[in-house]
Amino acid sequence: MTGHDGYGDRWFDREAGPVVRPYAVTSGRTLPSGGASFGLIDVVVATSERQPQFLRLGPEHRRILSLCRRPTPIVDLTSEIDLPLGVVRVLLGDLTSEGMVRVLPTQKQPMTDERLLRMVLDGLESL
Amino acid sequence: MDSNHYDGALPPAGAGTRAGGSVPSTAKILISGGFGVGKTTLVGVISEIRPLRTEEPMSDRSVGVDDTRGVRAKTTTTVAMDFGRISFPSQLVLYLFGTPGQERFWFMWDELSVGAIGAVVMADTQRVADCFAAIDYFEHNGIPFIIAVNCFDGAPRFSPDDIRIALCLGPEIPIVLCDARVRDSVKHVLVSLVRYVMSGHRRRNQISMA
Repeated sequence: MTGHDGYGDRWFDREAGPVVRPYAVTSGRTLPSGGASFGLIDVVVATSERQPQFLRLGPEHRRILSLCRRPTPIVDLTSEIDLPLGVVRVLLGDLTSEGMVRVLPTQKQPMTDERLLRMVLDGLESL
Repeated sequence: MDSNHYDGALPPAGAGTRAGGSVPSTAKILISGGFGVGKTTLVGVISEIRPLRTEEPMSDRSVGVDDTRGVRAKTTTTVAMDFGRISFPSQLVLYLFGTPGQERFWFMWDELSVGAIGAVVMADTQRVADCFAAIDYFEHNGIPFIIAVNCFDGAPRFSPDDIRIALCLGPEIPIVLCDARVRDSVKHVLVSLVRYVMSGHRRRNQISMA
């Protein structure tokens, strides 16, 4: 046991990450601009090399842009850059409103796409 | 009609990407059940485990329910969770999300279940009641699910019929016996879920066409 296992530290240890700081990179905003809602497995793709018109790109924006040169699902993006999901959503809102990335939505209802289900079934059976 | 729906996770033809790379299809399955029933084991045996951080408001509901000593001044809580990822050669990525157990994380269930194929509810025959909450949630939200009974060594084995009665489940819901430590067994569980979901869609389509 170390001092970090103490009860009061439970949510503040290194594993849990910083508690307040993440939203500093969004200037305190907790919701994406334009009310966009991004699903966990929606795929993000960078769309152009152009410079943003209104947005001042922070290092986290640049990391997202760099990662989604290859189309990347939001959950992987979030895991990769190690920021909370809520923060990543705000940053993605910035980038989509500048047209620098596109977020390709997945079906929001219970999944009924036969073709995708068949792909999943075939994939699992081949494991 | 379905034709108005965006077609799953598949991109529109010619979706422009800056540096190329094809757009993966994505799908997710929820792994649910009581604390210590083997969710993490099941996910880990078949997929690559990755960390995910979310930070969400703490709901009023948790006041007086959870022990929040030491975090009282906080209005958000960091939820560190893992998820499983299986990449297939067909450019498909399947995600396995374990649903967090404590009640204060119910908000995550909505997030996780949107657009999911369905759920695996893991049951432990020694603590059957632990999975009632999950079953209620999925029934309520119209999310198809199957039951996977994790057969630990030495755990008393019951027949699927006994379990069906104990869980008050209709005859259509599959109950699969599994060992969450064995990859082939977990694969069988996931395959059972997807087959069940596909057969459910066919059933519903037939009813609506009749």
